[in-house]
Amino acid sequence: MKLTLAKKKVVWAYIFLAIPIVFFAYIRVYPALFAFQMSLHDYNPLAAEQPFVGFENYERLFDQLGKRKSQTKSAFQNTINYVLLGVPIQLCLALAISLMLNEIRFMSTLYRVMFFLPFVTSTIAIAWVFRMLYQPRFGLFNVILQLVSLPQQPFLRSTQQALPSVLALVIWQGMGFAIIIFLAGLKQIPRTYYEAAEVDGASRWHTFRYITFPLLNPSLVYLLVLQTISFLRMFAPVIAMTEQGRGGPLDSTVTVVLQTYREAFQSFNMGYASSLTVVLFALILGVTIIQLSVTSRRIN
Amino acid sequence: MLRSRLLAILAVLILLLSLGSLVGAQDDMVEIEYWQYNFGARVDAMNMLIEQFEAENPDIKVVHNSDIPYADFRTELAASAPAGVGPDVVTLFYGWIPAFVDAGYLVPLPEDPFSEDFILETFSPMVANSKFEGSYWAIPTAVRSLALFWNKDIFADAGLDPESPPATLDELVEAAIATTQYDGDMSDILSITRMGHAPALAAQDHHWFREVLIRQYGGAPYSDDGRTVTYNSEEGCAAFSWLAAFETEHVTGSNDILDGATNAFVNGESAIHVDGSFRLGTIARNNPALNYGVAELPVGPNGERHTFGSYWTHGITRRANDDPARLEAAVKFLQFITTPAAGTLWVNNVGELPAQATAAADEMILAHPDLGPFSAGLAYSHATFFVDESAQRQVLIDAFDNIRMGGMDPCDALDEAAALEQELIDNFWADREM
Repeated sequence: MKLTLAKKKVVWAYIFLAIPIVFFAYIRVYPALFAFQMSLHDYNPLAAEQPFVGFENYERLFDQLGKRKSQTKSAFQNTINYVLLGVPIQLCLALAISLMLNEIRFMSTLYRVMFFLPFVTSTIAIAWVFRMLYQPRFGLFNVILQLVSLPQQPFLRSTQQALPSVLALVIWQGMGFAIIIFLAGLKQIPRTYYEAAEVDGASRWHTFRYITFPLLNPSLVYLLVLQTISFLRMFAPVIAMTEQGRGGPLDSTVTVVLQTYREAFQSFNMGYASSLTVVLFALILGVTIIQLSVTSRRIN
Repeated sequence: MLRSRLLAILAVLILLLSLGSLVGAQDDMVEIEYWQYNFGARVDAMNMLIEQFEAENPDIKVVHNSDIPYADFRTELAASAPAGVGPDVVTLFYGWIPAFVDAGYLVPLPEDPFSEDFILETFSPMVANSKFEGSYWAIPTAVRSLALFWNKDIFADAGLDPESPPATLDELVEAAIATTQYDGDMSDILSITRMGHAPALAAQDHHWFREVLIRQYGGAPYSDDGRTVTYNSEEGCAAFSWLAAFETEHVTGSNDILDGATNAFVNGESAIHVDGSFRLGTIARNNPALNYGVAELPVGPNGERHTFGSYWTHGITRRANDDPARLEAAVKFLQFITTPAAGTLWVNNVGELPAQATAAADEMILAHPDLGPFSAGLAYSHATFFVDESAQRQVLIDAFDNIRMGGMDPCDALDEAAALEQELIDNFWADREM
């Protein structure tokens, strides 16, 4: 068969594209599928043999979830708290800030950079800086509290305050991304709609409620899904901000992914850890499908 | 033109490779790999031992991998095993041994030269007691015990005799209260500017509680076979309450402030601290000017002395066992690094005491102002039989946090901890006996 020059180009394009795809399949898809298989075994990486145990790891997982108190239960509870608190707060703040950024002209680039910068900074570095800011006595936040004669706060050293303290950092850091998406969404809304609304004498709230918000829906859905997934997968800030990366105090900040890591690499229960990831995968899939079907109605 | 150049490069490469294998094939070198986690003094000491060993055994080459930080050490071992690489001789914390035996990662030490009689006769009691499932699985170069560190300058500043450390638990409480300084509210941990004593369960204090305080209050941490948790007794509760009171009642310190109990002591911001001999090296490196002393742990209400003993210990892996030549080399190496001479080299460079009883009881060591108290402790030390050291430690850390953060009663916290730890122990043995 004789290929034309154009066809040859296409063939070569596929050949070159195949390399990253094969690579991706080997380092992402294959391990993900392998996790399903591991979750059915008593998988200890140090051992010579990995016996098949059926659904024993899942039984243990649900048994742990049913207990009054267990690390696995704390991990799932905290992860849900991170999502339920983090996503709405982050998106509301990001929306408010992007509406304001959309208004200003003077030094607008500088402001945008200020809000976006945390997003492109290393999470671990930021987490360590926050860890210092939260320090008792000498940490900036407690110094400010002392200056205004308010009682010092334990922040990361309290079972009640640790989760919100970690969350604050994650919300702040991830906000830059949401702001960019919202700003792009705002730019898409034709100016004529606002001009028409102005002519009709609509209030600012009505303009937002009936024009801006509905037309931002695609951006909102996109962010809702993406940020929910990112909060469900939370790991790095918790391991960096808590004592010896344990998700403490008293498991008050531990997440499902951190618990997976601990089970897999500290207790060598890779089978059980894999069952945790499979359940998390199912959770993410379920939440995403629900979000997409509920929120992506077309707005006219 | 291009093609011929490529061919030439290829030819040179092939030549080099074959030369390399020729050199390799010329002598019958056995190469074994030895792994330990990265700890400066230990790495240097082991390098000296390896140099001596290779000089004595020119047909064996030991590759020393000491690049892995402590926090990643077990993870790296777990990652190396499925890949079929890793150490032939590995140094593990003694409390990890059961988990590594459980995984079939270690093989028993061969009867020759590590017979039971030899180990019982020559090694410290805590090593002799490490028999597990009828075998010895690892053998150490050095052992450690806990002792009391006190800051002489702070004692003098607080009007105490800088040369007399607390000798009883009551005196420890008094000295801790006398040496604590506050900036404002004396009932608030956060207003402490200088700590008297800070209980730190995440450091050595869970050992101090388990093997020392409970016994001094007349209780026992575990049943004799180590399979039943017994510290949730009246005595255990009294001991745990005593320890928690430093933070909840006397307010003399906390592991949460001043960069933690250990750093606070090293930095001269804490008066009294319980730690192992390995801390001598940390102080010498980070704050050589610190004016401190070391004493045996204070006696308890029943007048008894106890201390916790622990050690990093060397085992032979399944990988070495797969190849007779490497196994033979590994055994030779293990024998070499556990002699009294190796122990003496170790104490001089690392500060840990020789594991061989004769070398540890050396006059020089006993008379040494800093090492003496640790060495004296070896005679009355206990090493807990851990099935999962980090999980069991976590149980007591959580119990302590429940008291100081959740306001839980120490006895209830200890009951909860005992139930959780019993579950860990039962799970371990249930898997073993299937």
